[in-house]
Formats: sequence, C-alpha cells, structure tokens
Amino acid sequence: MYAQEVKSTGKAVRSLDEMGPEERAFQMRVDADIKIEPKEWMPEGYRKTLIRQISQHAHSEIVGQLPEGNWITRAPTLDRKAILIAKVQDEAGHGLYLYCAAETLGVSRDQLTEQLLSGKAKYSSIFNYPTLTWADIGAIGWLVDGAAIMNQVPLQRCSFGPYSRAMIRICKEESFHQRQGYDIMMKLSRGTAEQKEMAQDALNRWWQPALMMFGPPDGDSIHSAQSMAWKIKQNTNDELRQKFVDQTVPQAKFIGLEVPDPDLKWNEEKNGYDYGEVDWNEFHEVLKGNGPCNKERLEARQKAWDDGRWFREGLMAHAKKSAARKIAAE
Amino acid sequence: MSNEWPLWEVFIRGQHGLAHRHVGSLHAPDAEMAVKNARDVYTRRNEGVSIWVVKAGDITASAPGDKEPLFDPSNSKVYRHPTFYDIPDEVGHM
Repeated sequence: MYAQEVKSTGKAVRSLDEMGPEERAFQMRVDADIKIEPKEWMPEGYRKTLIRQISQHAHSEIVGQLPEGNWITRAPTLDRKAILIAKVQDEAGHGLYLYCAAETLGVSRDQLTEQLLSGKAKYSSIFNYPTLTWADIGAIGWLVDGAAIMNQVPLQRCSFGPYSRAMIRICKEESFHQRQGYDIMMKLSRGTAEQKEMAQDALNRWWQPALMMFGPPDGDSIHSAQSMAWKIKQNTNDELRQKFVDQTVPQAKFIGLEVPDPDLKWNEEKNGYDYGEVDWNEFHEVLKGNGPCNKERLEARQKAWDDGRWFREGLMAHAKKSAARKIAAE
Repeated sequence: MSNEWPLWEVFIRGQHGLAHRHVGSLHAPDAEMAVKNARDVYTRRNEGVSIWVVKAGDITASAPGDKEPLFDPSNSKVYRHPTFYDIPDEVGHM
C-alpha cells in the first residue's frame, strides 16, 4: 500500500444520529455509493484525511522512481532498458494524476512538494530500501507493484470522485509493471545458478518490506475505522496483506524460488497461508526516517526541486512576457 | 506572488472519432507547454488523436448546489425517451 498509517480525525466514527444535517446528508451519499466531488460540502476531517492519503500516495509514486531509475543505465539489454524507462515514466504520470486529485481539495502543488521535502508528508516505506542488483528491479515490479495493485484496485471505488478516477487510470496502466517484474524474475530463475541465486536474494530482501507496504495490523485503529466509514479505504490492512501472500506464494513456487519465511504454511481451514510475524519495529524505524535510503531519497528530491527552480521560473517568465506581447499586438 | 505554473484541464479525442473527453489536468507555464505535457502524461498508450487544453480558471461550472433546480425538471419528462411510446410489433422496427 502506498499510503500507510494515514491519520484520520483520531475520533470515533459518529453515527448518523450524532451528525448535523449537512454531515448526515454527506454520509448518506457516501453510504449510497454516490461520488463526492471537490466543490461539494464535505466534513473538514474528510478533506484533510484525503489530502494526507492522496499526497502520500503521490509522493510514493514520485520517490518510487528513484530506486528503479538507479538501474536504467545498467539494464542488461536494450529491450529491458526501454521497458524500465517506460515504467519509470508511468510512475511520474501516476504521481501527476494523484497530485492533481489532491489539488482539487484546495492544496497547491508547491505546498504538497514542500510537505514532502520538509518530512511533514510521508511516502511508502518500501522506497527506502536500496536496489543492489538487477534482480531487485524484477522483485520491485513483481512484489511492490503487485502489493500496490492489491491496494489500488479497491480504491477505484473510493468515495471521492477525482481520487477514484485517478485510480482507474493508474490500475489500467499498472498491470504491465507487475508482469514485467515477474518476467525478469522468471528469466533469472531459469538462467544460470548465479542468476537464480540473484533472484532468490532479491526475494529474500524484498519480501518483508513488501508485506509492510500494507501498513501495521489494524487492531481496532480508529483512523482506519473512520476512513472505512468514509469509503476512502475499502479493506483492512490485514485483509489485503493476506490476499497478497495467497497470490504471491504460488507465483514464487512456479519459478522455483522460496519465500523467506519459515512459518509460512498452508492453512486449509482459512483457505489461505499462515505467515510469520512482520518486523514492525523495522517498519516504524523506516517511517521515522531511519531506513537504509531515507536520507538519500529526500536529498535526491530536494536536489531536483532546487536544480529545477531556474527552469520553472524561466518558463513562467517567458509565458508572462509572451502573453503581454500578444495583448500589446492586438 | 506565487510563481506556480497554472493548472490546465486536458481533453483528448480518442481513436474512434468521438468527442473530446476530459481526462485530467496538469500544470504548465503556457498553452504550448500544456499540450506537450498532455501528450506525455495522457497519451502514452495511443489514447488519442487530438488534444485540447483549457486553463482551469477559464472554465465556468454549474454550482453543485444547483443540481436540483437544473436537473430535476427533466426527471418527469419521460416522453422525451423513445421507450415512452408503444408501437405495435406488426409495425416492425422503428
């Protein structure tokens, strides 16, 4: 999940009886699956939670370009290079769709960028891990995009129109990402012993971080409950994580790779896999900024922002001058 | 004054000659760049044959609160639909 631990109001969900007339009308529309559009009345908490969630999602798409971009110049073939460029370009596009969706809620693009750079807004913990070998590009496509899709498919039905529409576009484009990743893993695991080992090593390192993408176990989080009542979150973290494990384990088996979890076991009763405890301590450390690449990622974003300033301003100055000249000529 | 690039709404005509459809929005300093960016952001997979961009601020929209007075009157006018009229089967397709 690209939006982990999105804080909501922090208050218990209110019943229809406890709401004022405007909020009640709003909630009834949400309950009836009627989309909420930007200019309509909405509770302040709904607006704020959505800005947090959508911007966290957008930042993840943008920061997510960095670990993959790391391998563009070193892709093993020209085909793989073209594919990786296309994928990274898609991530930029996805970030842009999402920023625009967030902006309809009354926050500006520059504010969103500043929140990322100041550390006020988060992005997914997964992008703070390094891509050490080519197999990591395969593992990211297969596992990270696989986990993202698991989360994004239900978000297409989100109650907020612009977010829902962005998710529909993104999901349409995203399945290529997962397939190209699995394709890389398949090739490597059917290659030489060293190549297979490389694929296994990537799976070993990415498995746990991929499980963390869905966020901590729900327990009885009030943030989660409120987001679900507002239909900006459709499934619990644990539901989605389970679905991801059940989907991914057979895919690993098919290419002869072993999921690095000694506790992984088929559970006939629940018709799914039991899996070992995720290291939530590591998750919280990474979110706090102490992951292997947090510093590097933010530095790269800061540099892009600073180095691009003259360009952004130059184009704007040119646009203003041309517009003034055009008016003068008329 | 903020130097942020203005917001543009993007409309794309698909392959099959249908009307331009709103696909999303983006920021660009001017119209020319908006078209270029729209091409990069919204037509990466052969989605269209033509692009329109309009400054978001130049769009006048109906107010959400006017939904009822604007659109409810047509609810009761079922005779505007072909299915309102019973045509005997013997007449054939009409």
